[in-house]
Amino acid sequence: MPPNVVTVPGRLEATDAFAKLRPHGVPVNPVFDGNTTLGFWVYLMTDCLLFAGLFAAYAVLGREAAGGPTGKELFDLPNVLRETGCLLASSFTYGLATLAMQADRRGGVLGWLAVTLMLGLTFLGMELGEFRHLVSIGAGPDRSAFLSSFFTLVGTHGTHVLFGSIWMLVLMAQVAKFGLNRTMRTRLVCLGLFWHFLDIVWIGVFSFVYLMGAL
Amino acid sequence: MFGKLTLAAIPFQQPIIMGAMAFMALVMIAVLGTITVTGRWRWLWTEWLTSVDHKKIGVMYILLALVMLLRGFSDAIMMRSQLALATAGAAGYLPPEHYDQIFTAHGVIMIFFMAMPFVVGLMNIVVPLQIGARDVAFPFLNSLSFWLTFAGFGLINASLVIGEFARTGWLAYPPLSELAFSPGVGVDYWLWALQISGVGTTLTAVNFVVTILRNRAPGMTLMRMPVFTWTSLCTSMLMCAAFPILTVTLALLTLDRYFGMHFFTNELGGNPMMYVNMIWVWGHPEVYILVLPAFGIFSEIVATFSGKRLFGYRQMVIATVLITVLSFTVWLHHFFTMGAGADVNAFFGIMSMLIAIPTGVKVFNWLFTMYRGRVRFTVPVLWTIGFMVTFVIGGVTGVLLAMPPADFVLHNSLFLVAHFHNTIIGGVVFACLAGFSYWFPKVTGFTLDERLGRCAFWCWFVGFYVSFMPLYALGLMGMTRRMNHTDNAAWTPYLHVAAVGAVIIFVGIVFQVVQLVVSIRRRERNRDLTGDPWNGRTLEWSIPSPPPAYNFARVPVVRGLDDFWERKRRADPLDRSPLEPVEMPSNTGAGFVTGVLSLVLGFGLVWQIWWLVAAAAACILATVIVHSTPIHRHFEIAVEDLKRDERLRISSLGA
Amino acid sequence: MDWSLLDPKGPVGAQELHILVTAFWLMMIVAVPTIVLTLWFAWRYRASSQTARFAPDWDRSHPIAIVCLAVPVIIVAILGTIAWKGSHELDPYRPLQVEAAGKAVRPIEVQVIALDWKWLFVYPELGVASVNELALPVGVPVHFSITASSVMNAFFIPRLGGMIYAMPRMQTQLSLLASEKGTYDGISSNYSGGGFSDMKFAARAMSAAAFDEWVASARGSEERLDGSALYGLLAPGIERTPKRYSSVEGDPFRRVLTAGLQPRSQTTRLATGDPVCITLGN
Repeated sequence: MPPNVVTVPGRLEATDAFAKLRPHGVPVNPVFDGNTTLGFWVYLMTDCLLFAGLFAAYAVLGREAAGGPTGKELFDLPNVLRETGCLLASSFTYGLATLAMQADRRGGVLGWLAVTLMLGLTFLGMELGEFRHLVSIGAGPDRSAFLSSFFTLVGTHGTHVLFGSIWMLVLMAQVAKFGLNRTMRTRLVCLGLFWHFLDIVWIGVFSFVYLMGAL
Repeated sequence: MFGKLTLAAIPFQQPIIMGAMAFMALVMIAVLGTITVTGRWRWLWTEWLTSVDHKKIGVMYILLALVMLLRGFSDAIMMRSQLALATAGAAGYLPPEHYDQIFTAHGVIMIFFMAMPFVVGLMNIVVPLQIGARDVAFPFLNSLSFWLTFAGFGLINASLVIGEFARTGWLAYPPLSELAFSPGVGVDYWLWALQISGVGTTLTAVNFVVTILRNRAPGMTLMRMPVFTWTSLCTSMLMCAAFPILTVTLALLTLDRYFGMHFFTNELGGNPMMYVNMIWVWGHPEVYILVLPAFGIFSEIVATFSGKRLFGYRQMVIATVLITVLSFTVWLHHFFTMGAGADVNAFFGIMSMLIAIPTGVKVFNWLFTMYRGRVRFTVPVLWTIGFMVTFVIGGVTGVLLAMPPADFVLHNSLFLVAHFHNTIIGGVVFACLAGFSYWFPKVTGFTLDERLGRCAFWCWFVGFYVSFMPLYALGLMGMTRRMNHTDNAAWTPYLHVAAVGAVIIFVGIVFQVVQLVVSIRRRERNRDLTGDPWNGRTLEWSIPSPPPAYNFARVPVVRGLDDFWERKRRADPLDRSPLEPVEMPSNTGAGFVTGVLSLVLGFGLVWQIWWLVAAAAACILATVIVHSTPIHRHFEIAVEDLKRDERLRISSLGA
Repeated sequence: MDWSLLDPKGPVGAQELHILVTAFWLMMIVAVPTIVLTLWFAWRYRASSQTARFAPDWDRSHPIAIVCLAVPVIIVAILGTIAWKGSHELDPYRPLQVEAAGKAVRPIEVQVIALDWKWLFVYPELGVASVNELALPVGVPVHFSITASSVMNAFFIPRLGGMIYAMPRMQTQLSLLASEKGTYDGISSNYSGGGFSDMKFAARAMSAAAFDEWVASARGSEERLDGSALYGLLAPGIERTPKRYSSVEGDPFRRVLTAGLQPRSQTTRLATGDPVCITLGN
């Protein structure tokens, strides 16, 4: 690096620098980083297509129970309702965290994120319990194409929730340490997009997989 | 302890592979040794491995592509020589199990580890310069993308010496690629190499979409962007849309193989036809991902070296967008013979022919750019003219194959093989080599030797025709692809001619290596002092060669298409507005570390060394989390340095 | 010269060739001028030319754009119509209607099973079977029902045209007719593993009398296609000499179609642990 370089460790506006590189008429948003949010939207669209592929696989293979148990026999709708409740509630509590962020209340953000995380982990726990139960009765993902596609679609959603939860934990630690600056706000917005997106995918899952399968 | 990995995985009893391994080891020792002896480890780390500079990342992509070109081409020479020898019932010299890995590896390497990195590398170097930006939108992500591609590269090369590669063809159709019929690790290497590098590609796509949409210089509206940038934008959108499908398809096959699931198996409800559909829903956009930047490169070259505006700029943009959209509506033409029925076949056939229309519009626009221009026959122009002739032939055979009844007799024949090599070599490879010659002086500061470049071109051009025209004939004679020996005496002369063609191309590649060596040695003689050796039209030629890390000392204000050319024409005075300090992102090792860890992760997954998988995954997670700590990772370039660079530039322009 | 596709011996191949050739000449309308103009313009407008006009700002022309769009659109419209009609007329599932002396000729039924790495042909109406030898009477339409035992293959006789995939647990169909006597190469045109290059069969088109003789000689063969013979065929390997079977036990085609037997498994990880999983075909 050139000798007269100025590095300022600890200063928090990590993506500010590139804000100055974009003078082509788009006003630089002082609160959020527009590049990062656009990039995250684009990534989210690729994730959407990923789920589309899994839904397509389920559409083709969903009836291939190969003489084994079908959705009608296996799906426990009350449990699904509880899972859905958890996840939808967690989206609501994330919204409350976002409101706290906009009101600049760090404590509020951390509190509501903690509740969201709890709800998310509860959802995951219930889902893992469901999977364990299915495997124990011989309805694991290797039993038939229907079960393979079921476990993969629902499991991929669950994996996304898991990674979202890890991300949430990391963000909570970073907000606690660094406060609600531009970088952290941008990241909270992105996680919010991610979390709500997973909610929407879940609505697809419980409608298309559980409800239609159980009827 | 080591999963499925044992010493028996190293094919000691196969002399050809042992020879290849020895050669690779020698090259690696030579490279590592040179770095050590010249004391350049620190330089390598700070200047290249941790770089987040799009120009350096682009160079690394191209180096990777050139190395894999050599490996993919040796596969090709082995295939051609085996087929030339194993005629009329003879067995040839390659054991069949080895040949079957070679044709699979050839396709995988050339598409995923030669063509894609080459194209992405050129996009990396050129696009930010063309839009007047200082870097891409997400420089760290850019570095990460490259090192993930490197991880895939590592896995593919490891498969040569430890274990085996897939024996399924480059797209690994099930049920053949399922565990029951491919019990070895070959398909697993294939799966993880593509999956890991595919993540890198998806991230690159996101990066370039945001960069092009948001980082353009002031005044550069979308319709004032250079055509190469347009094609890069459309390619990036194609990557965003198509690669998730590849990710899913590979994942489902992986689940079948690793967890006994039944997506594509023969029993318990699996459906191999669904794999074929899904993989080609990705596969067809993939070839447009390769060819659209190629079209963009030729647009730049034709306009620059004709000294003339590109004909029909608006139509070019519309044609590019149309091709992008239509590329998602044609995938079934890869398997007309799977029995989808006449309506479905006819629909996809018609859509495939429709896509030829915007492609044709582009060709005519290049043609009329040359019309009433002043065409200079530099090496890039030779490649361009070679492309225009060759790609048209490939396009014709493509339309022939798009007619389902015709495809019924030509599917999977050598006619098909000739067609796609016609379009990929004539289109993508010629474009990459043209772009390489064209932008080489911008990156390095000196031009390549023209005479050796011409020799390389003619060898490639002639060699291509000698190698692939016989294949069209063989297809019409009923020869199918992926055979490792033949017994029809009528085919033998054609197979011999095709082998000679491969040798001619080999000579072309030798010329290119020599050209590189000679040009580097003679670089003082060929210095590009102005930064604009070709009298270019677009912004990348307005900065020094090689460009400073920050690209533009002052962000240019763009007033129209080909703004740099217009400025030269009007003899605009140099911009003397006050300089401001420039903030640049700092280097980071996180991309390199993640890439290497991904290679380890992939290796562990292939051999089912679960502790290694867990450890690598945990380290990757830790690296990502640590890197995400929101500390300031930028450094400032002071105005004095900018002024000093500017003085150097003015004095070299005067020279 | 052995230009199988250019010298078809059956109406299916002939029609497919006709479409190929028509499309080729139509594309030449565009391709030849384009290539010629490319070379001509590059030469005529070379930088060293003293006579060529230079118009550096000329970058658009409506008439040229219209012609460059219209000509391909018209050609694609014609080709599209041919593609639509041809796809329907040459649909492999479409039975061939053939008349001789005013009467419809009854098609022969042949069941094709792609194995690793050989072809089993069963003539269900005649009660015989063969490996790697397909006997066909000239002038009689043959209806093929096709499946595979393990991996995807493709059934193709280049001289007769038509091609269709052979897929495990799926049944595809094809109708062909040989109009001339001769022995034609038959191949698999989808890579299926180690013995793929040897997965060839002889399609022997012969007169009606010769065909009857062939059937008789098959009936006189010492080998029977019973359960154990079928199981032997399912084992991976190539067959260098054709075999004929005098009788067929049960319905091997249906058995392969519905059972999804996996003779090549080495480390098969079947969910249920049964060596053979019986599932209903699609």
